[in-house]
Amino acid sequence: MNKDGMETPGALAQERPRVGLFVTCLVDLIRPAVGFAAVKLIEDAGCAVEVPRQSCCGQPAYNSGDRASTRAIASQVIAAFEPYDYVVAPSGSCAGMLKTHYPELFAGDAAWEARAAAFCAKTHELISFLVDVRSVSKVAARFEGSATYHDSCSGLRELGIRAQPRRLLATVEGLALKEMHDSDVCCGFGGTFCVKYPDISNAIVAKKAEHIAATGAETLLAGDLGCLMNMAGKLQRLGRRVKARHVAEVLAGIDAPAIGER
Amino acid sequence: MAFAAHLTAPAFKANAKEALTDAQLQSALHGIETGIVDRRRATVAKLPEFDALRDCARAIKNHTLAHLDLYLEQFEAKCRAAGGHVHYAVTAEEARAQVLEICRSANARLVTKGKSMIGEEIAINDFLEQNGITPVETDLGEYLVQIRHELPSHIIMPAVHLTKEQIEADFRRVHTHLAPERNLAEHQTLLTEARVILRDRFLSADVGITGANFLIAETGTSIIVTNEGNGDLTQTLPRVHIVLASIEKVVPTLEDVSQLLRVLARSATAQEMSVYTTFSTGPRRAGDPDGPNEYHVIILDNGRTAMLGGQFREMLRCIRCGACMNHCPVYAAVGGHTYGWVYPGPMGAVLTPSIVGIENARDLPNASTFCGRCEEVCPVRIPLPNLMRHWREREFERHLSPATVRSGLAIWAYLAKRPQLYAVAMSLFVLGLGLIGKLFPRFRWLPLATGWTRYRDFPASQLQTFQAQWKRRVRTQ
Repeated sequence: MNKDGMETPGALAQERPRVGLFVTCLVDLIRPAVGFAAVKLIEDAGCAVEVPRQSCCGQPAYNSGDRASTRAIASQVIAAFEPYDYVVAPSGSCAGMLKTHYPELFAGDAAWEARAAAFCAKTHELISFLVDVRSVSKVAARFEGSATYHDSCSGLRELGIRAQPRRLLATVEGLALKEMHDSDVCCGFGGTFCVKYPDISNAIVAKKAEHIAATGAETLLAGDLGCLMNMAGKLQRLGRRVKARHVAEVLAGIDAPAIGER
Repeated sequence: MAFAAHLTAPAFKANAKEALTDAQLQSALHGIETGIVDRRRATVAKLPEFDALRDCARAIKNHTLAHLDLYLEQFEAKCRAAGGHVHYAVTAEEARAQVLEICRSANARLVTKGKSMIGEEIAINDFLEQNGITPVETDLGEYLVQIRHELPSHIIMPAVHLTKEQIEADFRRVHTHLAPERNLAEHQTLLTEARVILRDRFLSADVGITGANFLIAETGTSIIVTNEGNGDLTQTLPRVHIVLASIEKVVPTLEDVSQLLRVLARSATAQEMSVYTTFSTGPRRAGDPDGPNEYHVIILDNGRTAMLGGQFREMLRCIRCGACMNHCPVYAAVGGHTYGWVYPGPMGAVLTPSIVGIENARDLPNASTFCGRCEEVCPVRIPLPNLMRHWREREFERHLSPATVRSGLAIWAYLAKRPQLYAVAMSLFVLGLGLIGKLFPRFRWLPLATGWTRYRDFPASQLQTFQAQWKRRVRTQ
């Protein structure tokens, strides 16, 4: 059970809480390695993981002003995850949508308000779930090299995720964390923003790429694949050698090629 | 409409494109990011109760908005009792007419102006000029944008988009009566020149117009918060003082104002207190050493009553500190003029559509990454991203969003509501992306995603989605 030396409270198999993994659509499509890293970390934290059939959290519709579609998608997500003790997502943005905005969507709705509140209470972003809910304080992973960590906006400001990933990264053997300037400033992704306003998005991510490169770190880490794809894509276009990975991959010791590499 | 002359919000995208390639603007904008954000953080850190004060400030404004009619009536009564005149203006047109009438009855030729965003909102300078009265802005930044025939690009730093070199060039262009060989290369010499020019105007103005940061109901007082002292000279030296305010500027008591001032200066300029905080109650009384003979307060509505009863009510808490724009990555990239009207940045993205109509400002609430930094620093805790999202909902309902976005969203939502079908569609998509990905680890161009690939690479996928791989793994276990 405790094969990687992680703290696993309530480690008896029959007591293991059931976690429904909310994969997130980008991880599902573009980078399954993040999903498998999440599964490993959650299992190592003493939980059983299941993956119910799912599509998306509905954020693209929500932020485009299509409230009706958002509610249709959200009610389906809530229903699909009702059997689980916890819902965990490897993304601050999607977890923020599930945890912060779903209750707003159903406020005053007699049929759904309570179901949305119960769903919200058991939903967590992956790293904060490990640290804040499962009291994980160290991981048994090795990663040779230096890395810099970008604080993705929704995780940081909606869910208060800042210390948790740094605390776990500090226990990764061989990893040296180099903080970048303005690590808490947006990378310019913003979901559909980056394709609706590509020129502005580019100006913001170009600045971010400078700050990343200035650290001299070999690897860029973050907790959101959208932001990572944006920053990785810009660094690659600029010819920078920085490799981008989801923080869960490093914490789980999963050695997939970096984003956009082979 | 009267604002049409300065309204370029409908051309937001073109404005942005131009701003992003304007080297001078980009160099000027760099100063905001590097200076004010750090200074605010340091100032706020010195006041442990800052967050509690923000809650307090929010509560004061919420309470006032809930009883706005009563406090406006109280302000009006107290102001009149002190010898002042109160005028209500439902529209910008009415406010302009009231200003003109007061100026005409004072036989005014020259009007000095302290900084007033309401003055910008009703475009009072253009209107006075059209009617043969010369307005002169006395706040240095406002003076600069006036001689350039521009709108301010920031609500408290109107000329933040200008470099020192541009200011020198403007002074040489406009102040042709001064010696051409004078030194204008330093901040100090630029300041001295502005002071010389403006000193003369202060002394010869017939009417002084200022804004108001707050109106106090219990005393009938208007307050201005400034750093240059120009506001005081504008309101005490001329014969007539006109205050341009709007309905949400009223607060109940002096005590309330002192709470609000504590969060205002820290949020706006990272100062613990502004250099001048000036209280004006009525005209000059017998025995006063100075002050105007007439004191008028014009209280503008211009769409605010409608906001009070609707989804955008919380926007009326705004105390115009500018912290939201100082912390906005979009504002930092494109500057204030890109927003195309008087109020830029996140607060403008919510307020501007309320005043000029969402059909005239479609891009403003959309051009945000929803990073949430604006809400994080707002001294009265306005949920700016949520309010911008409400505007997006209105646009969606009214079919104002672009057709390409709507149809793309409709197809995607159709699938997302049907997870089984979604799985099939996404498996095909990923298979395609993955097969090409066998040749390239990432793409420099993708159909339907050129907004992305114009500036960045897009990673290839594997051949199967996570859900498909997971299913296989569960089956084989």
